[in-house]
Amino acid sequence: MERNPMRRQLAVMRQSLFDQGYLDEQFVQLEELQDDANPNFVEEVVTLYYRDSARLILNVEQALERKPFDFNKLDGYMHQFKGSSSSIGAKKVKAESTLFREYCKSGNGEGCMRTFQQLKKEYATLRKKLEAYFQLARQAGPMETACHPK
Amino acid sequence: MTVERVISETKDQFPIGMRVLAVDDDPTCLLLLDTLLRRCQYNVTTTSQAITALKLLRGNKNKFDLVISDVHMPDMDGFKLLELVGLEMDLPVIMLSANGDTKLVMKGITHGACDYLLKPVRIEELQNIWQHVVRRKKFDQNDWYNSGSQDKPHMGSGEAAGIGKVDQNGKLNKKRKDQNEDEDEECDENGHDNEDPSTQKKPRVVWSVELHRKFVAAVNQLGIDKAVPKKILELMNVEKLTRENVASHLQKFRLYLKRISYVANQQAHMVAALGSADSTYLRMGSLNGLGDFHRLAGSDQLPNAGFRSFPPSGVLGRLNTPAGLGIHGLPSPGMIQLSHVQNSGNAGNDQSKLQSFVIPGNHNANILLGMPMSLELDQLQNNKGVRHIGELPTADNTTVFPVSGSLIDARVAGCSNNPLLGVTSNSLMLEGSSHQAILHATNLRDSVSTMVFQNGNTLSDFNCIAPASNQLRDSKSNLQGQASLISCNAGPIIRSDPQEWNAPRKDAPYQSNIMCCSINSSIPVNGAMVQLGQCLDQNNPVFHRNMDLDSIGPPNFVDPLSIKHNKGESSAMEPLVIDKEGYLIVQQRPQGSYIPDNIGPLGDLASAIMKQDQDKGKPADGDFGCNAYSLRNCI
Repeated sequence: MERNPMRRQLAVMRQSLFDQGYLDEQFVQLEELQDDANPNFVEEVVTLYYRDSARLILNVEQALERKPFDFNKLDGYMHQFKGSSSSIGAKKVKAESTLFREYCKSGNGEGCMRTFQQLKKEYATLRKKLEAYFQLARQAGPMETACHPK
Repeated sequence: MTVERVISETKDQFPIGMRVLAVDDDPTCLLLLDTLLRRCQYNVTTTSQAITALKLLRGNKNKFDLVISDVHMPDMDGFKLLELVGLEMDLPVIMLSANGDTKLVMKGITHGACDYLLKPVRIEELQNIWQHVVRRKKFDQNDWYNSGSQDKPHMGSGEAAGIGKVDQNGKLNKKRKDQNEDEDEECDENGHDNEDPSTQKKPRVVWSVELHRKFVAAVNQLGIDKAVPKKILELMNVEKLTRENVASHLQKFRLYLKRISYVANQQAHMVAALGSADSTYLRMGSLNGLGDFHRLAGSDQLPNAGFRSFPPSGVLGRLNTPAGLGIHGLPSPGMIQLSHVQNSGNAGNDQSKLQSFVIPGNHNANILLGMPMSLELDQLQNNKGVRHIGELPTADNTTVFPVSGSLIDARVAGCSNNPLLGVTSNSLMLEGSSHQAILHATNLRDSVSTMVFQNGNTLSDFNCIAPASNQLRDSKSNLQGQASLISCNAGPIIRSDPQEWNAPRKDAPYQSNIMCCSINSSIPVNGAMVQLGQCLDQNNPVFHRNMDLDSIGPPNFVDPLSIKHNKGESSAMEPLVIDKEGYLIVQQRPQGSYIPDNIGPLGDLASAIMKQDQDKGKPADGDFGCNAYSLRNCI
């Protein structure tokens, strides 16, 4: 187990994701679930998340194009979105979705739209970062064991 | 991190291998949940559709030990799934949601979830979910291993029917909290106790009219002060009823009476006794007279009406709609409101303790506060002017006459025919303002009874209780009696059964009087509540029940009965609302604020009461009878 510089880089990257508030400790939980039996668990979950949430985002987009806003529906989508975002530990995204829901509840269309834009941004940013992270992780090799270097 | 807590509590390594079914439409969450559960060493099956889940569960009832389900799902509401699982399979269900609102959690619990987890779920939480399975089985009389006892009855017994919801229908659910049990899924059996009361789920007891009647009779017999659950239970002699059931019912009853008495104490009692003798009369709703009522109510017809309490319009509104008659307006919950009616107030008031009865339900129970109006509601219907009532515009059948206390003294007894109405009307009425919410139970005709006009003395009990429908009918005289019920001074009017309406006056068996309006179902009024106003002595609880109030809609208070006492107090008549259960719920209305909407009910109430009297055929106390009859006749 040589101290792989990549590994170090990976660690740094990971830490910054936490420090910058992109991820919260739910992500750690995911990592802990990853083991030999489930070596790529985290990546799997995240990938699944992005796939599923893309659909939700699209739904919201479409709903926001129809006026007047159907706040209930919007709230419903966002509720789901929030659920899955929180499951992977996507902190900022989750915060935006909470805010969006608040606006929905108060019937604030403007607020919804603004928040949604913000949410999309955060979502995209996180995605990029995570993709970079996983890529590096794959290159860096498994964290725990050096027995079978990838 | 500690992944799992593999603690084998039992020989077969439970909770390891516990079979869990996980349902969540969100794939991310589902995957996570699946992984977490596997990490806990459970045997996991997942599905993203509730329908599939149900199929799986139904396919083999013994295939799973526990279900975890998301709340928010597209194909079926999580709560619905929860209920179904609980009912059909009686498995513990854990709800999962990203939304942790108290209301939602509460909803989950009331639907029978044994736990409610928030997303994102942590493994620590999942590590303990096996306890729900154990708990459920533990109280099952059978050994867990032998679980054949997975069947419902046994499983059910594990949990107390602690949901403790009171059914909207007025069923009294036994609120029995299981010791530490999670609420189990609801079990709808009636009155059926399980072997082990303390830990088992008790099916809810439905307090039917019959059962309630027995209860009231028992309480009456014992005396409200001495009525203890154990004795009541003995007297009732109903199998499968437990002391706890009775105790909780008694508690509610007491509250109801208290409420009633409070109302009764109000000066203005409306004696709505409109006992419309006939159903027609009771049918306030149908009264098209109701429209008249409008008139009465408010509109101009009623002159300033003493009633202050009811804004005529309000009343009218109520009356007009049959539905309105139902006791809707009543704040009192549909549930039985039992409260002790303190009669403190009444003593002394002879007058008026008319209580306005609200005749719930459709009928416009015309609560005639003595006002014949209601009695004749039919007549009034056309509003011909039934004006007997003095002021009462009675135009509509449904006029509700608020029975003003003063009226009561007056003549209420007035047997004058119309007089009754009139009499009352004069006096009672509303102080002149017939507008009051006179409940006019058009049907009340008969009984308008008097609600109690007796004011003076005995009558004071106005008990115009307009029993819902049936009662009214028959009891015209009852109404009278009923009215007397109200009379606070008079003895307690406890009417446990319809016939008893008249009885009230008697000194009462109850001092505390439980006024029961035993409104027979005859009264279609929904809930014609007849409330006895003050009638009961200080502590007379007024309890009306018996009415077959099933028809009683949401308790309407007919407030119109505000009886104005001569004292000038503007007692608002508390609307009596007879809730579904037939309890007469008297709603205390702030003075001057009658419940407009209740008018309707009052009318009904009155009619109901009247009816009762009529049916009974015997004037409550003679005085009443007079009233009632006279009213009847008058009309």
